[in-house]
Amino acid sequence: MRDPTAESASSLRERRPPPPNLSGKTVGLLSISKERSDEFMDALEPLIQAAGVKTIRFKKPTHTKPAPEAILQDIVESCDIVVEALAD
Amino acid sequence: MRFVAVVKEDCPTCRLAVPALAEMRAAGLDLEVITQDIPEFPRGLNPRHDDELLESHKLKIEIVPTVIAFDQTMEISRVYGWNKNDWREITGIDNLGNSMPENMPGCGALNVAPGAAERLALKAGEILLTSRAIEVDDDNDPMEVAFDRGWTDGLPVTPPTDLRVARMLAGTTRKADEIIGLIPPNLVPCTVEKAAVNAVMAGCRPEYFPVLLGAMKAALEPEFAMHGLLCTLAFSGPLILVNGPISRRIGMNSGGNALGQGNRANATIGRAFQLIIRNVGGGRPQEIDRACLGQPGKYTFCFAEDEGDEDWIPLAQARGVNSGTSAVTLFHADGVTGFVDQKSRTAEELCESMAMQLWSVNHPRLARWGNAILVISPNHYEIFRKDGWGRAEIEDGLYKALKRPTSEILEGAGHPLGITPAQAEKYSDSNGMIDKFHPGGLLVVRAGGPGALMSAIIGGWTGGRNNAEVRPVTRALEEY
Repeated sequence: MRDPTAESASSLRERRPPPPNLSGKTVGLLSISKERSDEFMDALEPLIQAAGVKTIRFKKPTHTKPAPEAILQDIVESCDIVVEALAD
Repeated sequence: MRFVAVVKEDCPTCRLAVPALAEMRAAGLDLEVITQDIPEFPRGLNPRHDDELLESHKLKIEIVPTVIAFDQTMEISRVYGWNKNDWREITGIDNLGNSMPENMPGCGALNVAPGAAERLALKAGEILLTSRAIEVDDDNDPMEVAFDRGWTDGLPVTPPTDLRVARMLAGTTRKADEIIGLIPPNLVPCTVEKAAVNAVMAGCRPEYFPVLLGAMKAALEPEFAMHGLLCTLAFSGPLILVNGPISRRIGMNSGGNALGQGNRANATIGRAFQLIIRNVGGGRPQEIDRACLGQPGKYTFCFAEDEGDEDWIPLAQARGVNSGTSAVTLFHADGVTGFVDQKSRTAEELCESMAMQLWSVNHPRLARWGNAILVISPNHYEIFRKDGWGRAEIEDGLYKALKRPTSEILEGAGHPLGITPAQAEKYSDSNGMIDKFHPGGLLVVRAGGPGALMSAIIGGWTGGRNNAEVRPVTRALEEY
């Protein structure tokens, strides 16, 4: 028989350790564009900012497709931590 | 000069030609006789048995007897069947076969018998499969091995042997190593060969393969959003609707029980595509396929439109494909809902009645969410037809009947569920009305058998609410 699969295996990457604290960090807030994910971010953002931490908002064009490379690159370059919101 | 003659005993022309072969030997010609069937035929001429037919394949024999003249290893000429003048010319023996008839056509060679070509091409190394070979010993059942390895959708699959895969590849003009596209979710490049392996497992015949390849290509168009569809929480899966001559050529069902079981092409084309998503892309239920419930159409969902009435404009033509060209339409399908109306007698009544039920797609208080397919059965179509309604009139009638006052379905207006103020603002017309579907979001097709005033509604994925990003896709099949 011939193998019908991609003949590849997933690689398991270690999760990066969380930063010891948020001092001087930037938190990215990525909405996947589902209904009410903005609402969740709107509630979360002031709490983070109140702790003196900088936030940057991001939004996928649609929740039905993977995030465009440019958005991911932007997050990687400008943020230390990211919160991704689904919601419905 | 040397000669090779290929014969089989089960051929009257070969038996007839035996004395001529004997005369060639008697005249001192360097003649080798190769037999395809009975090892000792023809007696006395010391034949060599081509038991695997590999030699015949390499010599590209199509008809027996064939006599080939070689200069060293280079072929100079060949003759087929028995023809006295041809044989005399190739052998240079002027009185060859004096007492024999002038001409007798030959028979088909065994190496080109149906089914033999791919077996021999594999054996000759002309077809090289690159997918990993999985050896299954005699103590193991290949079907169980397929289950154990996680290759199946829950039903048994046809073991993808080299021969079956080679035969599937013969169903397309595309090369085995050509990449069809990146299969989500893992965005894995999928070759024609990998698609063929999965098509074999699904039970496809090679002549279905072009439909599958075309459907894959359509499903990978960005506006179909296959990634989102396969991992959705909702019910939906890919539906393949086939239009045009290929649907009849491969025997698809567009008649009675078209949406049900029992037709091999309908059943296996849809299944093959889902196996590719599973095996190549890595989209598996309870993993990245997050469906809460799913629906049985996720095993397979494929049917053909009934194009038997020439007054009817088939869906593919309505969506821009030339008449006479085969096409596939990919749709994000929830399950089938029966539409039962045995009372409407006019086109207007029926249209209004269909609109009532179409409002229930996703939820009656949601608008501009999922798309839908309306499958009109022959008896319902007859009501439209006798009132002079074709596609344009039906679509226009439904469009008008599917408007509703926005205020009735606002969230909080009588029920917490409904459209948001933002949606109301975006979609309401100047009369305060809202359309149930996005423009182009309701696909009207004809299928089914006669006998009842019933049609079908196939609801669409909630992801369709974002119609800038998610739309049904129609593509012509002529390239496959």
